[in-house]
Amino acid sequence: MRELIKLRVNGQEREVMVEPRQTLLDTLRYDLGLTGTKEGCGDGNCGSCTVLLDGQVVNSCLVFAIEVDGQEITTIEGLYQGEKLHPLQQAFIDEGAVQCGFCTPGMILTAKALLDSNPHPTEAQVRQAIAGNLCRCTGYDKIVRAILKVATA
Amino acid sequence: MSEYSVVGKRVNRVDALAKVTGRALYAADINLPNMVHGKVLWSPCAHARIRRLNVAKARALKGVMAVITAADVPGKKNEEEHPNPMTCCLAREKVIFAGQPVAAVAAINPYIAEEALRLIEVDYEELTPVVDVLEAMKPDAPIIHPNVDTENLPVKDTKPSNIFWYMKNSRGDVEAGFREADIVLENTFRTQTVSHGYLEPRAAVVSVDPEGKVTVWSDNQGIFELRELVAGFMNLPLNYVKVIPVEIGGAFGGKSHQVVSPLCALLSQKTGRPVKMVMTREEVFKTQRPAPASVITIKMGATKDGCLTAASATMIYDYGALYGMGGMDIVPFGSFSGLNPYRIPNLKIECYDVYTNKAPSGPYRAPTAAQAAFAVESQMDLLARALGMDPLEFRLKNVAAEGDTMVTGTPFPKIGFKETLERMREYLAQRGNLEGENRGRGVACGFWAPASGAAGANINVNADGTVTLVVGSVDVSGTRTSLAQIVAEELGIPFENVSAVTGDTETAPFSVLSAGSMITRSLAPPVCQACQDVKDQLCRKAAQQLKVKREDVEFAHGRVQVKGMPEKYVSLADLARGIAHFPGESPITGRGSCKGLKQSPVLAVEVADVEVDKETGKVKVLSYVAAQDVGLAINPTLVEGQIQGAVAQGIGWALSENYIFHKGVMQNATLLDYRMPTATDVPFVDTLLVEVSFDASPFGIRGVGEPPIVPSLATIANAIHSATGVRLKELPMTPEAILNSIKTQGKSKTR
Repeated sequence: MRELIKLRVNGQEREVMVEPRQTLLDTLRYDLGLTGTKEGCGDGNCGSCTVLLDGQVVNSCLVFAIEVDGQEITTIEGLYQGEKLHPLQQAFIDEGAVQCGFCTPGMILTAKALLDSNPHPTEAQVRQAIAGNLCRCTGYDKIVRAILKVATA
Repeated sequence: MSEYSVVGKRVNRVDALAKVTGRALYAADINLPNMVHGKVLWSPCAHARIRRLNVAKARALKGVMAVITAADVPGKKNEEEHPNPMTCCLAREKVIFAGQPVAAVAAINPYIAEEALRLIEVDYEELTPVVDVLEAMKPDAPIIHPNVDTENLPVKDTKPSNIFWYMKNSRGDVEAGFREADIVLENTFRTQTVSHGYLEPRAAVVSVDPEGKVTVWSDNQGIFELRELVAGFMNLPLNYVKVIPVEIGGAFGGKSHQVVSPLCALLSQKTGRPVKMVMTREEVFKTQRPAPASVITIKMGATKDGCLTAASATMIYDYGALYGMGGMDIVPFGSFSGLNPYRIPNLKIECYDVYTNKAPSGPYRAPTAAQAAFAVESQMDLLARALGMDPLEFRLKNVAAEGDTMVTGTPFPKIGFKETLERMREYLAQRGNLEGENRGRGVACGFWAPASGAAGANINVNADGTVTLVVGSVDVSGTRTSLAQIVAEELGIPFENVSAVTGDTETAPFSVLSAGSMITRSLAPPVCQACQDVKDQLCRKAAQQLKVKREDVEFAHGRVQVKGMPEKYVSLADLARGIAHFPGESPITGRGSCKGLKQSPVLAVEVADVEVDKETGKVKVLSYVAAQDVGLAINPTLVEGQIQGAVAQGIGWALSENYIFHKGVMQNATLLDYRMPTATDVPFVDTLLVEVSFDASPFGIRGVGEPPIVPSLATIANAIHSATGVRLKELPMTPEAILNSIKTQGKSKTR
């Protein structure tokens, strides 16, 4: 039994038919074509599928689409809509914080949620905030530096 | 490096913008019209005979488009017993590891495909799995591959064995060497099976058109290797398979082979529709070629004044049920890399590669070298302690130099081993000693010789003076950026005027697999050759325009000028415009094609400061510094990033990552239970880039990606010893293992 839900995704109203078992991640990737959100594990342990749900960090692989009917979702595509990069996106480029790029969307969204609630975090707070987002390429060094750069700017 | 204007500069990665905006496309992001979804049925048993395999019920399920088993495979049907990963895509009669593909399904959606798997009936007759590597080596052990003899033995084996590779390197007289020594130590070290841990699970989309032509989008480290694999499986000529590169979400050697693309190709042929497969994390862990476990016994002797006299080692690698990763055989590199940093007159190293009924192994960042270095460098630390010498000074005293003999018998070319150690010594002198209770500092070295391979490069000069470089190498480490820097440097044009792209197998010149720390070094020669070709063509055209002889013009700073009269010139952009606007002018296309360079020996030296909690056994890495001879850093930011990433992987390998097996089946196949370092587990990693030029390479580059993981395991073990006074000889060094060692080896050291 599919049901119609309404989501506000990156500032736009979207209506979509979903199966009850369908995750928010699959809905974003397959029904809405927002493939910037990645699936690294499917069980909430890697953070690649991080999106912001009403401003809060969630693993979209652990959320059923049907649960979030009517809520506001920000994906990586929402941070740049053709005009200006988000300062975190620019910092990730400038600091060399991007390697394979698979963790990058989730990492940037987690960092955004951190800076939205705590604009001047310490290094330890940054590391704690992104501890749910695994990265295997960078050793986190340049990622932490990129986030701290925006935090102190 | 001031002598270059673009090479050596920290330009931003060319792929970074697409990645921070979520626009970069990975295999799982590709969706085609009319596409269906595939799933694989994997063997749950480590060793079993397949008595019966019935797919009728699965085929009958509504929404299922095709079900395939070994009986449907068109190519190489008679080789299923041969232990070649290329042909082992679907089991026939027997399964030799848990996670071996038995059947595959295509259905209109992934849910139905999964349901269909549950309807496939397989009757397994379980056989005793051979899970312990030392048991597997015994003459009476059950044989996993009945038709395999040990390769490389001095005397040919008379019966099959689970030992599939033997290698011996020796020089001098080790017994005499040990007699000369004042101190001789012997220890056995063990390392565990570990995963590459790339974040992107394996994925493929494959479309077979009505003419039988196959198009593949997948995450392989080599488009040409994948083409060969799919063509072999499908029994097709190479020009019937086209592989289109996509962004790759981490690889580290683990994406050198493929299971999903060949299966998707066959399913696509059967269904007449494009087929997509995306692995789960559990499937990645259980089926995707982790790094082999090892048991290494090493004996080393030194004189009182700290000179190494002899070393002997027995290295055993547990490869699981298959070796290699499609077209790339595993040489036990560790057998000669481990002792290569040092000048040791008498040596004997024996290496055994062994099959067990566990997940097949494959190359992981400096394959088998980190395991060997864990043993050698732990042993070096114990020797330094026994001698009462500083561990860094002990290494400096014995470090190999140009002209010394490598383990393999050939002399070292120009190397920067000493310079790298000295750079670390300077750094530590500035930083000072580590203070505090339960804290310790560890140092270790790691040798690796980045490889090089055959590759071509094409450069097209566009009508506005920009240029496009087309290569066939997949970019797994930022090579599009470094190669674009080389083109800009060689042609004297701005970096922004160069785009570097990986073409597909129909449009790009051949390139070696993106592995072995070798892409920038393998592609730099053909790229430079293609640039020279462009310059020659531009000079000929410019000479005509300037009405002088060809030999009277030269290429400099992005323009062609008359020799001795730099004010008389034509710019690259003007020449390019001329080509576009005048019919009859031939386009400028530069071409390069090279066979590869000699290996470039590299030493990495790393130092960790750790603190060990005596109550819990937990290790906190306080700081970490990695020095490495890179020859020349084309882009220091990218080089640092490679080193920092490798160190984090090494810290995980040392402290927490582990395949836990029960009867040959992995028990902890999630990212919660297989614990990779998070941002809270690693510190900032300082990098010291040493630049001792390797003369055979353009710009003196040596290769970067693999060496920095080689010393990390021992660096951490040596630091833990400094902090606690106990020596751990087995990985991972979990809190539990550390507490047990403190209990059994005596009281914790305070300093």
